[in-house]
Amino acid sequence: MTFSLKKDAKGVVVVGVDGQLIVGNRQELKQKVLESLDGGSRKFVIDFSTTGYIDSSGLGVLVSLSKKIREQGGDLRLAGLNEDLQTLFELTKLDTLFTIAKTPAEALAAF
Amino acid sequence: MNIAVRRGRLAGDVELVLRVPSDLAFVSEAVELVALHTPAGILSPRRVQFNLRTVLAEALANAITYGNREDPTKHVEVRVDARSDGIRVTVTDAGEGFDPSSVPDPTAPETLEREDGRGLFVIRHLVDAVDFNAKGNAVCLTLRAG
Repeated sequence: MTFSLKKDAKGVVVVGVDGQLIVGNRQELKQKVLESLDGGSRKFVIDFSTTGYIDSSGLGVLVSLSKKIREQGGDLRLAGLNEDLQTLFELTKLDTLFTIAKTPAEALAAF
Repeated sequence: MNIAVRRGRLAGDVELVLRVPSDLAFVSEAVELVALHTPAGILSPRRVQFNLRTVLAEALANAITYGNREDPTKHVEVRVDARSDGIRVTVTDAGEGFDPSSVPDPTAPETLEREDGRGLFVIRHLVDAVDFNAKGNAVCLTLRAG
């Protein structure tokens, strides 16, 4: 299973991305997060600790989800990026659009 | 989807040819097939894991979406030339081609929050050279050894 969703005690949804987030599976992530948003969740952390690579479609779906969540008064944060993925966000300047924490625990503590 | 693997004249040289259906669901499998058959030792494991996989996924997605317009009667060809000095990946679609200079900068303030348009930009930053054929329907990505 590529994506796993868990809700912590404070109601923050942590989404694990195992393997890759690319053009072939981005809709699955979008659907799962939007279902959770429709169900009332407003705070999300996407955990990339076990993610090998993300393509531009994956980046695009994160931008889209972040917008939709903000429109509902929520927040989407990122965590667990390895050095290469962090560089990807920096070179595309998407690090300026997202709050990025080193670890999921750090992201959860900051909510 | 099948992959042909040919040994080159020099020890370690390998040529891979893969025909990928015009369906985005095949991108992940195609990327893993190429990564699996690419000889070890030319690129670092980290560059195979990240750079090679990411740029191939990007190039395939562009070829399937914009080149072949997801037409099931068309295929995308991936040709990988692996030599001791580096790896060249050529992705060719059956489309009309495009002008790569017409793609806007995805990091500009007016495009930063767009969902699409980052593929070529990402490719350019993750490989050592990007070359298009004259028609614009084939892109050659070079990753030098290391």
